Amino acid sequence: MAGAFLRARALSKSFRGLRAVSDVSFDVPAGAIHALIGPNGAGKTTTFNIVAGVFAPDAGGVTLDGVELVGKRPEDICRAGVGRTFQIVKPFRGMSVQENVAVGALRWTSNTREARDYAADTLALLGLADKRAMSPDHITLPDRKRLEVARALATKPRLLLLDEVMAGLRPTETDAMVATFQKLNADTGVTILLIEHVMRAVMALSQRVVVLNHGEKICEGAPADVVRDPAVLECYLGEPAPHA
Amino acid sequence: MIETMLAGAPRRALVALALLLSALVAAPLFVNAYALSVLILALYYAYTGQAWNMMIGFAGLLSLGEAMFVGLGAYASAGLFQKFGVPPVLGLFLSVAVSAAAGAAVGWLAFRFDINGVYFALLTIAFSEFTRILVDNWAYLGGSEGLFLHVSGLAGWDIVNLRGSPVMFYYVLLAMTSGMFLLCRYLLASRLGYYWRAIREDQDAARSLGVDVFACKMAAVTISSGAAGLAGVVYAFYYNNLFPETAFALSHSIDMLLGAVVGGVGTLFGPIFGALLLTPLGEALTAATDGLRLPGVKQFFWGVVVAAIVLARPTGLWPMIAGALGLDKVGLDKVDADEKSGR
Ligand SMILES: Nc1ncnc2c1ncn2[C@@H]1O[C@H](COP(=O)(O)OP(=O)(O)OP(=O)(O)O)[C@@H](O)[C@H]1O
Ligand SMILES: [Mg+2]
Repeated sequence: MAGAFLRARALSKSFRGLRAVSDVSFDVPAGAIHALIGPNGAGKTTTFNIVAGVFAPDAGGVTLDGVELVGKRPEDICRAGVGRTFQIVKPFRGMSVQENVAVGALRWTSNTREARDYAADTLALLGLADKRAMSPDHITLPDRKRLEVARALATKPRLLLLDEVMAGLRPTETDAMVATFQKLNADTGVTILLIEHVMRAVMALSQRVVVLNHGEKICEGAPADVVRDPAVLECYLGEPAPHA
Repeated sequence: MIETMLAGAPRRALVALALLLSALVAAPLFVNAYALSVLILALYYAYTGQAWNMMIGFAGLLSLGEAMFVGLGAYASAGLFQKFGVPPVLGLFLSVAVSAAAGAAVGWLAFRFDINGVYFALLTIAFSEFTRILVDNWAYLGGSEGLFLHVSGLAGWDIVNLRGSPVMFYYVLLAMTSGMFLLCRYLLASRLGYYWRAIREDQDAARSLGVDVFACKMAAVTISSGAAGLAGVVYAFYYNNLFPETAFALSHSIDMLLGAVVGGVGTLFGPIFGALLLTPLGEALTAATDGLRLPGVKQFFWGVVVAAIVLARPTGLWPMIAGALGLDKVGLDKVDADEKSGR
């Protein structure tokens, strides 16, 4: 299972006149870890939703290893190798934590026992092993974010889209999660694109950063360069400044 | 397959099920004709309630047109029998096919245009009414005058023609209810069952994990309505007369779902428990209020009882009772719980 190459070309999407995403292009090479940052309302989640097939873009295209994704249904995009988490977590509340993750694993196996076993392993990887019999209602929000990751990961994606999964984690927990993603990336080669406000994680994880503001890409580069870019500092004024 | 079905079911639950089944098998030896007729009705509602539960409880699809599927199944096999002499043992295939096709048609329309929740429920009512009017005006099948089956040989055990004593119908329904229970258990433990529950909880999340929501919902309505069609066969040959007015009535749909609602939507055993509880209660109520000449008193009382249960226990009675008896894994609510202690 090698990583996939993601290319977004001139994506635009408006909601009733509001330009949520405007002419955004970027590449994420196979096996790379990139970040998408920007202030609130910059269009990050909307970009993810376009890639994942939730919204059709008004213009532009998305390819995964050269295969066009625009026009495909979200379930088909998952089957094409894209795993995604939701910023506003969407656990299956009537199912146990382990069953939640097993649903993901059933993407590639029809054997529910195998899916549950794989789910257990995935949960262990994310430090949720002891919570697997619990209801998602009874775990903390950071754990529910981990559950989102475990579920997406269980589909065995070639591209993983992570939407603010480290929000609310303590620094040591953030570091542990960063290490998990690094190991995962090294072991499986999975391509990762993450939206993150926690700059500690962005700096440690990503090789390259794309910055959005008001739907437009204002900067792209290595993390250390991006945080010194005047345009980036400008757009974060009045927001908690990104600090490494 | 057997292994999947037994996974997570504790010994206690299996023992309890075996005891219940033995009691039900032995029941005709000990009860009088009236009680037997009540038990037959209870099993009928247990079976149909379970079929209904497959849609709402497993896949989150609220059908209020269950009577349409049962009614179509009833008319299909009764028509074949009456007009062409085809025994119901063969006719049931047409019944299941017709009902499943009707379910698939409603489902296709609804899911194609992303009609869900209350709107889906309204659509099922509309289709049910539409079918009733259609059959009402179809003189060949008796129209509003009704369709009547030959009532000869109603004492013995002619399973092929479903002509026989109430005891025969009782055992036929007991077999059907048991089979339905096993089918539901199997489906719930399968990939489709996981997908149904995921869709019920969050469609968008399910989609993002590769679940083909449209196909899974189609499977739910098709299997559920096909199963309801089979109940229609028994309905037709037990009563020996069919009227569009009653077969396709909304109240018929409601009667079928009450047991499941009271017992526990989404649980495996809830619909059976609910039907076994409510049906005798309802009959007792009818008997008790018979002399009062108060039309509607039973319906009113029903409303009160159901409202009370639903308000006090929105998840139904069964999960609570199962918990108290230590049987809560029968409902498959915690398939994975046994793995907490390590596989
Ligand atoms: N489904 C929608 N309907 C209407 N407007 C939307 C929708 N989704 C997003 N928007 C709007 O589009 C803009 C971009 O939103 P988006 O969620 O992509 O921002 P974001 O960068 O993810 O922000 P945050 O950091 O707060 O998560 C916002 O103004 C938002 O209100
Ligand atoms: Mg967002």
